Amino acid sequence: MSDSFAVMIIVATIASGIRLATPFLLASLGEALGQRSGVLNLGVDGVMLLGAFGAYYAVLQTSNLYLGLLVGIGLGLLIGLFYAFITLNLHAEQGVSGIGIYLFGLGMSDLLFQKLVGTPRPILPFMPLEIPVLSGFPIVGEMLFQHSIIVYIAFALVPIMSFVLHRTTYGLNVRAIGENPEAADSLGVSVMFTRYSAIIIGNGLAGLAGAALAIELGIFQQNLTNAMGFIAIALVYFGAWSPKGVMIGSLVFGLVQSIVLQCKTFGVIPRSASDLASMAPAIITILALVVVAKRFKQPSALTKPYVRGG
Amino acid sequence: MLLSLGANPLSGYATMFTAAFGSLEGFSETTVKSIPLLLVGVGICIAFRANVINIGGEGQMVMGALLATAVALAFPAFPSFMLIPMVLMAGAVGGAFWGAIAGALKAYFNVSEILSTIMLNIVAVQFMNFLLRGPMIDPAEIERGTGIPQTMRLSENADLPILLEGMRMHLGVLVALLVAVGAYFLLWRTAIGFRIRSVGYNPDASRYAGISVPKNVTSALAFSGAMAGIAGAILVFGSESHRMVTDGGSTGFTGSAGFNGIVVALLAGLHPLWSVPSALLFGGMLVGANALQRAAQVPSALIIALNGLIVVFVVSSEYFKQRYAQAGRVEEPDDNDNGVIVTEGGNNE
Repeated sequence: MSDSFAVMIIVATIASGIRLATPFLLASLGEALGQRSGVLNLGVDGVMLLGAFGAYYAVLQTSNLYLGLLVGIGLGLLIGLFYAFITLNLHAEQGVSGIGIYLFGLGMSDLLFQKLVGTPRPILPFMPLEIPVLSGFPIVGEMLFQHSIIVYIAFALVPIMSFVLHRTTYGLNVRAIGENPEAADSLGVSVMFTRYSAIIIGNGLAGLAGAALAIELGIFQQNLTNAMGFIAIALVYFGAWSPKGVMIGSLVFGLVQSIVLQCKTFGVIPRSASDLASMAPAIITILALVVVAKRFKQPSALTKPYVRGG
Repeated sequence: MLLSLGANPLSGYATMFTAAFGSLEGFSETTVKSIPLLLVGVGICIAFRANVINIGGEGQMVMGALLATAVALAFPAFPSFMLIPMVLMAGAVGGAFWGAIAGALKAYFNVSEILSTIMLNIVAVQFMNFLLRGPMIDPAEIERGTGIPQTMRLSENADLPILLEGMRMHLGVLVALLVAVGAYFLLWRTAIGFRIRSVGYNPDASRYAGISVPKNVTSALAFSGAMAGIAGAILVFGSESHRMVTDGGSTGFTGSAGFNGIVVALLAGLHPLWSVPSALLFGGMLVGANALQRAAQVPSALIIALNGLIVVFVVSSEYFKQRYAQAGRVEEPDDNDNGVIVTEGGNNE
């Protein structure tokens, strides 16, 4: 009896861990692609917020979840285009301009939310919207195959991204430009086109991550992501810039979060200690960064603008 | 931008301006709002001069505030002239410690300070939640069973004296101005400042000249954190409730000053003294935005979005400055100029 109860809890914890990992995974896959091409994007959190609001608002208006996802991606692509322009054409310093994008997304999503939706309106009733998406998939296990379609998309993107990066000309170009743009340029690879596309796709994924989060939670509120985008950036380092590594990092993160949540709900640890436990992900990340910085090398051209003949 | 929100832009800006600078009361409010922006901004100037990007202002403010609060809780009976300097020092130490961790991680373990400061922000916020819900909570909250995560009203001896009768402007304004001037002297009139700037300008040449790069990167972040920590302490002891409260996140306490300070510093060309008018401008914008929200129902989140755009434009405009400099066959301006931010990735090899 107690055994099956324990199994139930473990299954639920892992399942929710996978669910929680999904926005991280989407955002950090996008960030990994951008960084592989040599561009650091610190605005992920802002893009996620805008994507989340866009998706939430679209679903609110049309009740169409897929449209919500598309709006999220679309907003991400737009910001990606803008970010590519300022970093690639105007050579804006990447760390700081990313923070600018973050602040813009943070303020703008809140502003639009207050203007278009209004503060006092309760938004919880939109939760059941996610139910139709769950259906249609064979239930192989409660743990792995009872998720929304976004979860499958996110995890399917891991092998796709690996394939693109390592088995296609485009992926080779991306990696070459991230390491040595001069050499790639001299061989006729367009640095501009490759970086533009990598940034735009990467931001599109960040927008999708935000949309996934908002639809999963069924709500939007000011600062919904609560620094998730920044953690997604850290996960790229954690995963040593490989899609598989990023996936493992996201899963670890999602699981730690869901274990902390479970402990909270079951009262295994007191409220005050659960605040301490909430530090765990950030501390693990810092430790992981120390290890990664020692063992792996980041793309050599990361954060360096490319000037032909410069 | 205002227009798209359905408000008359001219009267909107007029409302903002009058609210922020039109009356002595409004101006006093503006100065109070500017304090954390100025302090964090000055700290950012120091860090960026060393080519270190400090995004940890939020966490450093929180840690400074926590240590300062702890000191005020421990020595409530000390007279004001001792307790106020003590809590401000405690704020500086708390912030400096938090900044130095990120500095040491960058200097000795090659961890990008951008990432470590962000992670340290998260840790600091959870630590604050833990302390204010547990060890440092107001005993009255437990008795009443309300459990609001806040400290008790802190010792009156630590209240920052009000400078103008009946207004909110308090001693923190002078402290912030003093720190800004002090930072200017630190950067351009002391050996420490010279080393910090030299490490930022050319680490290889500095190393060759016998200046320790790791040490100075760490100290730049520690100084930067100290200023944010003082800002945190001032937020607590200059607040109207004279206690530290958490709403679970950092922005409730800091008002995003840890991020907005970056905007202030960038607009000031990374110069501590220019940060003063820059901080006043942004402080005024915050006050004005609140007035605008009341008058024209324009959410004050507008200001955060605007700040973001300002950052992007300031950083992007560096390109045109450099283009202009090249076109005129002018040599690269010396480092005393408007802080050209040259980041070389920082952590290769």
